[in-house]
Amino acid sequence: MAAPLIRIEGVSKRFGDFAAVDEVSLEIGEGEFFALLGPSGCGKTTLLRMLAGLEVPTEGRIVIDGKDMTNVPPNKRPVNMVFQSYAVFPHMTVAQNIAYGLRIDGVPEKERQARMYDALGLVKLEGLEHRKPDQLSGGQRQRVALARALVKRPRVLLLDEPLSALDAKLREAMRSELAIIQEKVGVTFVMVTHDQDEALAMATRCGVMHRGRLQQVATPSDLYEYPANRFVADFIGSVNMFEGKLAVDDPGQALIRIDGLGSTIWVDHGVTGATDSTVWAALRPEKIELFHRDPDAAPPALATGTPQGANLLAGTVRHLSYLGSETVYEIDVGGDRIVKVLRSNVRRYEERGFDYDQPVWLTWSPRSPAVLLS
Amino acid sequence: MSEQPWKQARPAFLALFLPPAFWLTLFFLVPLLVIWGYSFGHNSSLTEITIDGTFANYARIGDGVYVQIFLKSIAYAALTTVLCLVVGFPVAIAITFASPKARPWLLLLIMLPFWTNLLIRTYALMAVLRTTGYANSIIGWFWGLVPGLPAFEPLPLLHNNFAVVFGLVYVNLPFLVLPLYAALDRLDRSLLEASLDLGAGHIRTIFEIVVPLALPGILSGLLITFIPALGSYLTPDLLGGPDSQMIANVIERQFKRANDWPFGAALSFILMYLTFFAIAVQTLVARRRKGEG
Amino acid sequence: MSKPRPAPLDYLARWPLRLWIGLVAVFLYAPLLTLMAFSFNESRRNIVWTGFTLDWYGTVFKDGPLLEAFANSLTIAFLSTLVSVILGALVAVACWRFRFPFKPAFEGALALPIVVPEICMGVAMLVFFSRIMPWPSDLIWPLNLGAITIAHISFSFPFVAVIVRARLVSFNRELEEAAKDLGASEWRAFIDVLVPHMRPALIAGALLAFTLSLDDFVITFFTAGPDTVTFPVKVYSMVRFSVTPEVNAASTLLIVLTVALTAIGLKLQGRDIAKTEGS
Repeated sequence: MAAPLIRIEGVSKRFGDFAAVDEVSLEIGEGEFFALLGPSGCGKTTLLRMLAGLEVPTEGRIVIDGKDMTNVPPNKRPVNMVFQSYAVFPHMTVAQNIAYGLRIDGVPEKERQARMYDALGLVKLEGLEHRKPDQLSGGQRQRVALARALVKRPRVLLLDEPLSALDAKLREAMRSELAIIQEKVGVTFVMVTHDQDEALAMATRCGVMHRGRLQQVATPSDLYEYPANRFVADFIGSVNMFEGKLAVDDPGQALIRIDGLGSTIWVDHGVTGATDSTVWAALRPEKIELFHRDPDAAPPALATGTPQGANLLAGTVRHLSYLGSETVYEIDVGGDRIVKVLRSNVRRYEERGFDYDQPVWLTWSPRSPAVLLS
Repeated sequence: MSEQPWKQARPAFLALFLPPAFWLTLFFLVPLLVIWGYSFGHNSSLTEITIDGTFANYARIGDGVYVQIFLKSIAYAALTTVLCLVVGFPVAIAITFASPKARPWLLLLIMLPFWTNLLIRTYALMAVLRTTGYANSIIGWFWGLVPGLPAFEPLPLLHNNFAVVFGLVYVNLPFLVLPLYAALDRLDRSLLEASLDLGAGHIRTIFEIVVPLALPGILSGLLITFIPALGSYLTPDLLGGPDSQMIANVIERQFKRANDWPFGAALSFILMYLTFFAIAVQTLVARRRKGEG
Repeated sequence: MSKPRPAPLDYLARWPLRLWIGLVAVFLYAPLLTLMAFSFNESRRNIVWTGFTLDWYGTVFKDGPLLEAFANSLTIAFLSTLVSVILGALVAVACWRFRFPFKPAFEGALALPIVVPEICMGVAMLVFFSRIMPWPSDLIWPLNLGAITIAHISFSFPFVAVIVRARLVSFNRELEEAAKDLGASEWRAFIDVLVPHMRPALIAGALLAFTLSLDDFVITFFTAGPDTVTFPVKVYSMVRFSVTPEVNAASTLLIVLTVALTAIGLKLQGRDIAKTEGS
């Protein structure tokens, strides 16, 4: 990408021995919708606040638009934030809230009013400019906070868990609205969230954080299909994780042996790693196929080149959760292991469905498992 | 928390209610009532007071000298309150935003003098403000360092209006810091951060965000400082000069020396009405702010 | 990299507010500390330090009238605290628990002693005890201190009531209901469940009542007679008429006493709250 708008270089925030943010380096380009994703306590909010200037890094540099902003106070940065609690000033009307930042910048009255009404229209709050915050719903207050920040035309807009306080329906609606607004205004958005569905749906790129460290930065699909490590694979979506040893390692294939599993895992690409080293195979539930296992019938056909005893597991249905559009099966494959399989209910009616305690075959394509080294 | 109607548990209620109510009535309300009655009376003999519903005492207050003293007392109390606010507000801010570890110590620091006896605090100030006191000694020492100046004349810092106001501020400052701190502490920090984020400087944030939102607490703090300052007796008595008398001193004179109890009673009640008036103003302002919330 | 700039709202970490607090601290403490320091000064005149001595403390302890005044103050404070805590707790529970006619008016009346200027109350007490309910002046000690004690109780117990009332707000009613369910009478439930919860507030209230009584000047000044002098009243006459470092010594003793009491009270209260909260 062209010279990134935001460069975070080796930033840490330490409190005594504890590192809330541990040597994070990250680049965010102009116009991106970037999400910082992670469980609570992983440091994502601290990092966001350091971008805003509300916290000061213990180490490292933050460069915004080519200028070193590490020690610049928040009121002098081209950055504005939408706070988790919205922080809408309760003693001012909606109009006064939105115009606040413009007033401080010394924007003349007429222009101020014009821009304020523009912002009002952008977030669809026309007509409410004379209301006070306690006369607004939570969702409306959030839009006020959004308008208030955007009206200043910042280079970067920071959002701290923007959708967490909204109810499910509103959340879905706001997801697309935020994306639309971002496209319209063209401002770089950096959002913090612990909801991975949100991050994957809204962001152009995500950074996953865990215990203060950046685990992986990638597009949503790359995060999902090519996780860098077990934490990311497990945090994003569901996954079946198998720990085993690398038995065969070729430029064109790799075989992983797993203790106590009735099958090996064979992938049709090479893997960097010494033979016999410990690796993990991450297999997502939707990528496993389910077949009935009848005593006289042959097992399902496998992909060409699949070695004997690989990519085929025998099991029994222990539990199933019918979710309407799909069903999640928990398959007992022996050795105290349960494998999750997700199956879309493509047909309204099936001759033979899968029910409790049914014997089944599980198979997957050699392209499906992600092999992880950490 | 729902309350029970008293009749439901009559013996319990009466056991709880009667002793304090009796005490309050006999040993507080009755005396006040008597004073109120006396304010409408006059000295019918050396030892007797007749209550005859006269307004003469109140009328006498309208007579120049006493009005002036009331106005002066109000002015001193107001000045004291303002000075306490100016000095105390940054202190309250500092305490509010101090680390949780430092905060109780800072509060202790400010409140400790408050627990000390008022008389002692005022006496301590006398030693500071005397012509031979510490303030003059220090100023005189600095004065002496500068060559070519005439001999140092000790500043008259005691037994005048300056000393009274200084003393009132000294004594009442902790009174103001605590309610200010309580009001500031209740503020949502993210509001301040939002203001800074939107480009405002610290001073602006304080005036546009902190003060309007903490105003009810600030007002009650001002009230808690104004009323004691208004009714102060010791400070003007020990630190003031002949023309620095405040209401309380005048009232004392009526009762202890001039033996004009009805007049003293009238003066006392005017003071009380002033107090109630100040409270009413503060309540009204607080309520109106809540209304427009 | 040098020490990072403090966070924007970390006002105390920056020098302007640090300086201000420092100056205010000096302003508040310097007079008191010098007063205490000069109680050890050899010279009579309180201006220049001539040498260290404990003589003035000796004078204090040999000063009969002063010691008597101090004994009076302590007695009054003790009695006043005892009755104030009881009355304050009773009225706090009554107002918290019950609805009764004219309750707002009563609560207003209860707030009066807190709000009314001291001089007004002092004057009212003077009139009351000389004209309405004359207190016999030849009673033996401690009964002769009755007038002052009564006055002190009158202005102390509303303060106790406020503190106890605030603490009652956090009381879980179900605890009392559980006690009754297990067979406790109204009275037992009160003693076994409610009073323990109130304890931190009772201690805080007692502390406040004690200090208010010990330190009171104005109201006592009006209700005291020539032979019922309290410590502040005695010190006042000393200050007015003969200032010697003896006054400093006596003041220092009082300061130390008040601070020590407050510290103990705070400790007790803190410990109590931790205990009852944990339960």
